Amino acid sequence: MSIFIDSLSWALLLLGGFICVSGAIGMHRFPDFFSRMHAASVTDTLGGGLVLVGLMLQVEGQYIVLIKLILIVLFIFLTSPTASHALAKAALHGGLRPKLGSNQEEQDEDVLRSFGPVKSEDTKNKE
Amino acid sequence: MAFLAITALSLAFTKDLFASVMFTGIYSLLSAAFFVLMDAVDVAFTEAAVGAGISTILMLTTITMTGRYENNKKYHPKIALTVVVITGIMLIFGTVDMPAFGSDTAPAQVHVAPYYIMQSGEDIDIPNIVTSVLASYRGFDTFGEVVVVFTALVGVLGLLEFSRKESELGNAPAPMSQHKVLRIVSKILIPAIMLFALYVQFHGEYSPGGGFQAGVIFASSIILYAMLFGVEQASKAVSMPVTKVLAALGVLIYGSVGVVSMLNGGNFLNYSVLAENDITGQHVGIIIIELGVGITVATAMILIFLTFARRIGKNSEETA
Amino acid sequence: MSFLEQYNYWVVIFLMMSGFYIVIAHGNLVKKLMGLTIFQTSVFILYISISKVIGGTAPILDDKYNVYSNPLPHVLILTAIVVGVATTALGLALAVRIKEAYGTIEEDVIQEKDLQQEGSTE
Repeated sequence: MSIFIDSLSWALLLLGGFICVSGAIGMHRFPDFFSRMHAASVTDTLGGGLVLVGLMLQVEGQYIVLIKLILIVLFIFLTSPTASHALAKAALHGGLRPKLGSNQEEQDEDVLRSFGPVKSEDTKNKE
Repeated sequence: MAFLAITALSLAFTKDLFASVMFTGIYSLLSAAFFVLMDAVDVAFTEAAVGAGISTILMLTTITMTGRYENNKKYHPKIALTVVVITGIMLIFGTVDMPAFGSDTAPAQVHVAPYYIMQSGEDIDIPNIVTSVLASYRGFDTFGEVVVVFTALVGVLGLLEFSRKESELGNAPAPMSQHKVLRIVSKILIPAIMLFALYVQFHGEYSPGGGFQAGVIFASSIILYAMLFGVEQASKAVSMPVTKVLAALGVLIYGSVGVVSMLNGGNFLNYSVLAENDITGQHVGIIIIELGVGITVATAMILIFLTFARRIGKNSEETA
Repeated sequence: MSFLEQYNYWVVIFLMMSGFYIVIAHGNLVKKLMGLTIFQTSVFILYISISKVIGGTAPILDDKYNVYSNPLPHVLILTAIVVGVATTALGLALAVRIKEAYGTIEEDVIQEKDLQQEGSTE
């Protein structure tokens, strides 16, 4: 039983580490700001969450550490998606638009309706 | 360590001040991680909260008012480079004699520190040695530090608050009413952050923590509220005159503990004479001064941020 | 090997020098303050790496450990961090006031304006 828990926690830790690394690679290689941000937030939420759950399984006997880890996971699940939401909203306000398809001129109608068309001088400053 | 070097270099060569502020935040966070590796958990806590939190926010509010890009240099700074390189070489020459990293016979480790580590358990009886040294053995230094924070607060208030005419207060920047997700999440989080600040304050004797970290965490919850709900509403919620009085009150609490111990027959800030039992006196003294430190640091950070933020309103009045 | 043991200190000196370079070579006042922050933090790193004892643990008394890292530099650096942020806050407030008084925070433009004012009042 304890070997099962040990190997499960090791698997979770390794998986969390792999997700963090792939998130970092994705942050470099994705073509567009919004997909890069998605990669970053996956690193934060899923990678961090899995590592912490793996650590939770390693705790033996000191239940105060288990409770603290659960609180940290709750906090991360609450704040990290909010942070990426705030970033995306700020970018949309600043004039950046997601690149849909290979044609740069296609845009989503919802985005156009709530935020207006791209202000061209702002995007020149960003790149 | 290599990441730190890369970050510092990139900071030097970026013209965009916003990016430089982000680099400063990354630098602080990386050094906090380094401190954890060096077993300095209290210091890492403080550096992460203060450097990556408060410093970054204050610099961002400053560049809001002073402009985002810096001008290009008109000349190539050869003299500066040569001075820097010569100083660096002299310092490296100075480190040749330094003790090896991590050795336990280095001069820093053999004189006073073993006394603190071994006697702290018997004299003061709290597990966190850093708190016991900070609050009791070196309590006078901490008193000076609290006064420095208070003085910086007075300086910032004198520079930015009192030279502002009251009539320009009306046109403050609009609160972010359209960011509903952020508002809802922060309404859940702000009480939790305050509770965590209180936990860190009073648990500082058993685990990393203490007055400074707790004060900074509490201030950051109020700053979060001010950023999302508008500076005017936050000024009303936190009631600036009361906060100014509280900042002075924190320093007063610290000083009066010292005076009370003098009245009880001991030296200034000698806690042993505060109660019948030596160790109980130490506990009482440490809790009270940590409270004073926490109150002063929290109110100072809140007031400094609110002062900067209210100034933004005045500046955009002038340029508009 | 003494080379590997001193490696930590050399990286710290490199960080210190880059902070120093930013302070003296850039004209923008806020950039100078950032360089000062880098300089301060690298000094903290130097002190904390002096305090580390290999094989020790964080200085919190516990029955399971009997080798601790040195807590005295921790206390000094804790004080220094808070004093550093207080100084930075005050410096930033000064930069804001200079901007309002002169209209710019580039050092050379400020010096020109000062010289012009001195020339016109004499």
